[in-house]
Amino acid sequence: MSSTRMTPERESRSPLPVPSPLPNAPAASSTDAASGADASLSPIRDFLSKRGSGRLADNSFAAVMLLCACSIFAIVIFIFGILVVHSRLSLMQFGWKFFTRQAWDPVSGDFGALPFIYGTIATSLLALCMAVPLALGVAVFLTELCPRPLRAPISFLTELLAAIPSVVYGLWAVFVLVPLMRDVIGPFLYKTLGWTGFFEGPNFGVGLLTASMILAIMILPIISSLTRDIMNAVPNSQREAVLALGATRWEMIRIGVLRNSRIGIVGAVMLGLGRALGETMAVTMVIGNHPDISKSLFAPGYTLASVIANEFSEATGDLYLSALIEIGLALFLVTIVVNAIARLMVWAVTRNAPARVN
Amino acid sequence: MMRTAINYLVSGLCILATVLVILPLIAILFYLIYKGASSLNFAFFTRIPAPVGESGGGMANSIVGSGIILFLASLMGIPIGIAAGVYLAEFGRGKALATAVRFTADVLNGVPSIVMGIAIYSLIVMQQKHFSALAGGVALAIMMVPTITRTTEEMLATVPHAIREAALGLGVPKWRTAISVSLRTASPGIITGCMLAFARVAGETAPLLFTAFGNQFWSFKLSEPIAALPLQIYVYAISPYDEWHRLAWAGSLVLIVLIMVSVTLVRIFANRGALKGGS
Repeated sequence: MSSTRMTPERESRSPLPVPSPLPNAPAASSTDAASGADASLSPIRDFLSKRGSGRLADNSFAAVMLLCACSIFAIVIFIFGILVVHSRLSLMQFGWKFFTRQAWDPVSGDFGALPFIYGTIATSLLALCMAVPLALGVAVFLTELCPRPLRAPISFLTELLAAIPSVVYGLWAVFVLVPLMRDVIGPFLYKTLGWTGFFEGPNFGVGLLTASMILAIMILPIISSLTRDIMNAVPNSQREAVLALGATRWEMIRIGVLRNSRIGIVGAVMLGLGRALGETMAVTMVIGNHPDISKSLFAPGYTLASVIANEFSEATGDLYLSALIEIGLALFLVTIVVNAIARLMVWAVTRNAPARVN
Repeated sequence: MMRTAINYLVSGLCILATVLVILPLIAILFYLIYKGASSLNFAFFTRIPAPVGESGGGMANSIVGSGIILFLASLMGIPIGIAAGVYLAEFGRGKALATAVRFTADVLNGVPSIVMGIAIYSLIVMQQKHFSALAGGVALAIMMVPTITRTTEEMLATVPHAIREAALGLGVPKWRTAISVSLRTASPGIITGCMLAFARVAGETAPLLFTAFGNQFWSFKLSEPIAALPLQIYVYAISPYDEWHRLAWAGSLVLIVLIMVSVTLVRIFANRGALKGGS
């Protein structure tokens, strides 16, 4: 954005430097001549030179800033390195099979991450299924349909959802969503969709479905606010062109807005996925924490993040600990990849090509 | 006719979606106030947790503990974050390294907080052989850095070049231009970014589970396990005691009010402090 703004500014500035050397040049030469002898000639210069206007000060400042910027790389590399080092026991013992085995037996030292991977993927995908249509609806409503005075308060409210801490969502889910699930939603789903086999078995209120619902609520604001930004980046000429062809408002949104921003929307959804994969506290509190793979969504499950949260501080034995750290390593790598792809997609839309025509 | 009908149908669905999204928010806030406010009293802010079976008790040590951890995190995270942002905006324009830093910051932002927790556990807690407030502060500081870096950079990018060039034209060195001109002009936005990052980590529980660990008693030492409000809420929420559930609601209400007040203040602050006359 700023680099495109630079060019007209430089053009408009171009007449300026022509006169400026004239008053500047004598000033520079006078300080050169009077650098030691007559400091009172230019008190500003003197003041500035005392305050460190030199190549050394500038370079060291730049170096410190560069160091801080590089600390971000350092953090990522350090997290990766330390996780690899501390999970080497489990890495060597189980190898790749760690991710395909179902065993989770701390007593005999037999570990496999498959139930947690299943739980993580199942809850995240279910949460996306619930959150994406809603988030898109909110984004379309806010950018295209909403009357102007309502726009700011509603977007503020949806952003407030993002500000609520995970543990408060968990608390609310434990005391409100779980009873609701057990007594109202669960029996209803069993009655209407029980034949699919997804809603079978005893329903305690805690389980994959409850965890997915709370996850959906939590990732909604991220997806909707990013989608809104992306839709706002679509130029109005696109909308006007489609409307001018006689489209209804929905057709305008579908053809003019959604189609132009689809890459960015996919990116936003993937960012939501990244958040869902790593969400810990709320999920841990309502998923039931039982390492099982079950088709029923009422069944309790376990996710990668929640097994760490639950068992890490009571892990006895080096192998147990390193198995948990390996799960953390897997979570780290997966979220990094998902986030990287998502960011590239969002960048592609909001940075370079605001007005691409399909 | 068909097309008009679909138009109205989709518009209706969008409105329905918005209502469905606002609904949980209202439900959460309603329950927090309904259950939390009735449990809030003077003792909550002045007493430490009571043993199981006794009524009363409060979360004073957790509130102070959260304050200490957050102060530590801000002390470490904010300078690094702002400096990295300054590099991106003032020195790294168009460089490949800057793009890489920007990208890494965005990706780091999405790394689950629990992973930060175990990384810091492995680094600090394993070496020291005990949980500590310092470890909790470091874990939260790492989470603050990417957010602050990106907002600082974005805010510095809104500072018009003419202002910088005016300073440079007067012979002010570049480092001083960056501090006294660019940073000062963009300071409302940067403070906003810092407060948002602060609000975000204030509610984090996962990175504190294995670093600060929690404490039922007063603790002010950096080298000892320390209580934190989100941790205490978690412990109380999954406990089987009604009295503790009550305290968990009250604690959540306090936490939410703290966060919402800072976010709302930021909103007002950011709107009023927006650059006037900037290009």
